[in-house]
Amino acid sequence: MSMANRQGLTKVLEVQGMKKHFGGVKAVDGVSFDVYEGEILGLIGPNGCGKSTLFNCILGQLPPTEGDVKLDGVVITGRAPTELNRRGVSRTFQLLQVFANLTVLENLILAGQEHRGSMLKRLVGRRDAGLTGNAQRMIDFFKLGHLANEKAGGLSYGQQKLLDCAMAFMAGPRLVLLDEPAGGVNLTMLASLKERLQAINEETGATFVVIEHNMDFVMSLSSRVVVMAEGKVLAVGLPEEIRSNAKVIEAYLGH
Amino acid sequence: MKACITSAATSRIDWNLALLLIAALILWFAPVGMGRYGTYVLTLWLVMSVAAMGLNLTLGFAGQISLAQAAFLGIGGYATALMTAKLGLGWLSAFAVSGLICFFVGVLLGFPALRVQHHYLAFVTLAFSTLCWLVMRNEEWLTGGVYGIANIPRPSILGMEFKSALAFHRFVVIVTVALALALWWLVRSPWGRAFQALRENPTRAASLGVNVRNYTLLAFAIGSAYGGFAGSLYAPLVQFIDPAPFALSQSLILLLMVIIGGSGYFLGPFLGALLAVALPEWLRFTGGLYQIFFAMAVLLLLIVSPSGILGFVEKFAAGRRTRAASAARAAAAATLSEGAKP
Amino acid sequence: MVELLQLLVSGLATGAIYALAAVGFTLVWQTSQTINFAQGDFVMLPAVFVLMGTTMFGLPLWVAIALASLIFILLFGVGFKIAIVDPMIRHGVLPLAIATMALSILMREGAKDAFSAEGQTFPSLVSDGNISIFGAVVSLQDLAVFAVAVLVILGLQAFITRTRLGRQMQATAQNADVARILGVPVARMILLTFVINAALAIIASFLISPIYLVKFSNGELIGAAAFNAAIVGGFNQIRGAIGGGLIIGVVDNLAARYVSTGYRAAFPLILLALVILLKPEGLFGRAEERKV
Repeated sequence: MSMANRQGLTKVLEVQGMKKHFGGVKAVDGVSFDVYEGEILGLIGPNGCGKSTLFNCILGQLPPTEGDVKLDGVVITGRAPTELNRRGVSRTFQLLQVFANLTVLENLILAGQEHRGSMLKRLVGRRDAGLTGNAQRMIDFFKLGHLANEKAGGLSYGQQKLLDCAMAFMAGPRLVLLDEPAGGVNLTMLASLKERLQAINEETGATFVVIEHNMDFVMSLSSRVVVMAEGKVLAVGLPEEIRSNAKVIEAYLGH
Repeated sequence: MKACITSAATSRIDWNLALLLIAALILWFAPVGMGRYGTYVLTLWLVMSVAAMGLNLTLGFAGQISLAQAAFLGIGGYATALMTAKLGLGWLSAFAVSGLICFFVGVLLGFPALRVQHHYLAFVTLAFSTLCWLVMRNEEWLTGGVYGIANIPRPSILGMEFKSALAFHRFVVIVTVALALALWWLVRSPWGRAFQALRENPTRAASLGVNVRNYTLLAFAIGSAYGGFAGSLYAPLVQFIDPAPFALSQSLILLLMVIIGGSGYFLGPFLGALLAVALPEWLRFTGGLYQIFFAMAVLLLLIVSPSGILGFVEKFAAGRRTRAASAARAAAAATLSEGAKP
Repeated sequence: MVELLQLLVSGLATGAIYALAAVGFTLVWQTSQTINFAQGDFVMLPAVFVLMGTTMFGLPLWVAIALASLIFILLFGVGFKIAIVDPMIRHGVLPLAIATMALSILMREGAKDAFSAEGQTFPSLVSDGNISIFGAVVSLQDLAVFAVAVLVILGLQAFITRTRLGRQMQATAQNADVARILGVPVARMILLTFVINAALAIIASFLISPIYLVKFSNGELIGAAAFNAAIVGGFNQIRGAIGGGLIIGVVDNLAARYVSTGYRAAFPLILLALVILLKPEGLFGRAEERKV
């Protein structure tokens, strides 16, 4: 198993016995896995298997029924999303969430400004919190250059999706949780998105956890894959191991 | 306007600022020949604009409903009346104290309310507004009760007297412009961006490190402080205050000003306050029916444009822009697809 | 002790009337996110209609009551929904709330100008008189009001839980999207809640008007009480509005007797503040998990 190869590497995120029940529905039912520094971990599974709920429990959006989350070995279960973000954890949502009434540039500045200076400095200091340069580089990197001063609400779906991703990277996070970054993105943009994500991963050494339905995308992007089904972890392994795993094939095709 | 607030970095002229300064210039000279009452109405409009401006920050930018803006107006009014008429202190210190008290009361009210869920601020401010009014009416030793406080002096600063209606009006113009500029700065700062973000999508804002509760609390507290500032101008304007103008119904009227002007638009409160203050004056010829006409006008306006007057203006302008832009985009798309062909 | 009992009974009587107004308030909030700031004026106006019928047009009382009810339901049940709520509902809670404020001014000033600026007496349902229970003197009026209000509320509960139409309405109130998927005619159900709201307001109006006089400005107090009742009881439950109404009525009455008149109005508000701080979902409400 690939786990053996990972020994000695630093665990960035540890999910331990995570459960989330809504009334009688066990959306997440005892999930444990580790995420190692610098890797891109794919999180796949059939629709409704609890992936997004798991994300929301990890990131403090939902209080878990049971279980713990550790960031760098420190328990962070139930910490507020804002605090996690300040600690270098960043995310995107399954549904597109850019600020429609702000421009592309402003969306990006917003995504970084809370990590700069004090509250007071954000009031009396520079309007862009000194982030225009960074934002501009991010815009160029995600090939949104001609759109910098457009309202985000006026962009195409794929462009908004790129912006959504770009915002997650503005604060220079160590750990990024991406919820279906490729959902609804067309083929040309998909290739470019994957290439961008891999480039950032290599450049910054940030760790990614990626929920994705597009198999080709997630298998070629990830270094390791966790498969979930019915609220539980079904398999963990390298992409090629997962492809040939009988249980996984059954979960996807068996029913 | 909303468009101008958000993209001011890119446009060379900020129309909000330009309009504000032009309006200030007009208002400086407007009362000449209007008589005392006309001047009074004009000044009252500005004072109400300041209170509505604060409420616009709370409501239009941070998305919180405050039903206590008139109570803050009252706190500022009474603080100023007590300090200047009873204690003989200068207006400037009374002005600062009025704003500070309201800021801290705002923090005290907002902190527990925003801990729960954000629409609870509306309920808390509703209760506070009535309690405040009861204190103003009942605590005669402090507020004079229903007899109020009379002989509130007009300000004199650095030897300059602002006693006459015209002089005081000009004084209010200056203070209003200063307060509007401060707010203009605020909404263009990273704070303003955070306010807008948490109004549009608080969940996403929080995930980007925006401390939603702190920012919301600050927006509400600053908005409340503007209520206090307005009260500090109101007291020397009318020179006599009693609890009546600070009742809950007046808070609702202030809310109404913000909404009909266009909440979230920088100049919206000025338009809203103009309608709420001046329209009843213009409708005086209808005799006792003016309130009915006023209510009908508000209803009709909201049915036609729920986003207020400036919302209507922006929609109209955006419609024209979109038509122009879609034509340009169609042309651009044509050339792009040419180039993209393998 | 005896005095306390008397105060309790009259408190429950006014509280039951508040509950009627609060239930309607909660219903339209649940189905269409309408915060009706004119709710108190909804309770004020039907009695004004009746008195206009009897004094201005010389109608017999029962004809005036029937006609006033019909007109009120058409104007402020159906008409309110179609002319004001429908065009604004898509634009969020606030413009609509402000519009109901304007409507409140309109109703108040309209009643003042078209009817009277002075308080007028309203015919009582039962003869004046008192009966003695355990040594406490209780007015028949209060008892009758309480009984009628309780019957109406029980009837409404039975309608909601026992009939198909009522259950469909309840489903719409709790989650319109799910109800729509289940095949509930959501639009018609929302209209039904507005009609019920108007009907409850009419009943409350006829119950409260003999106790207080009929006056254009009555709506302010009644509306505030209904609003407080809904929050104290719990915004998302009908039983919350009922419980809240009764509590506010009793607290109001006790405060009027034992606390300085100056601060009487403060007590329901202090209760409100405590509830918000300690049990924000309301005394009888259910806590909702926050949506992501």
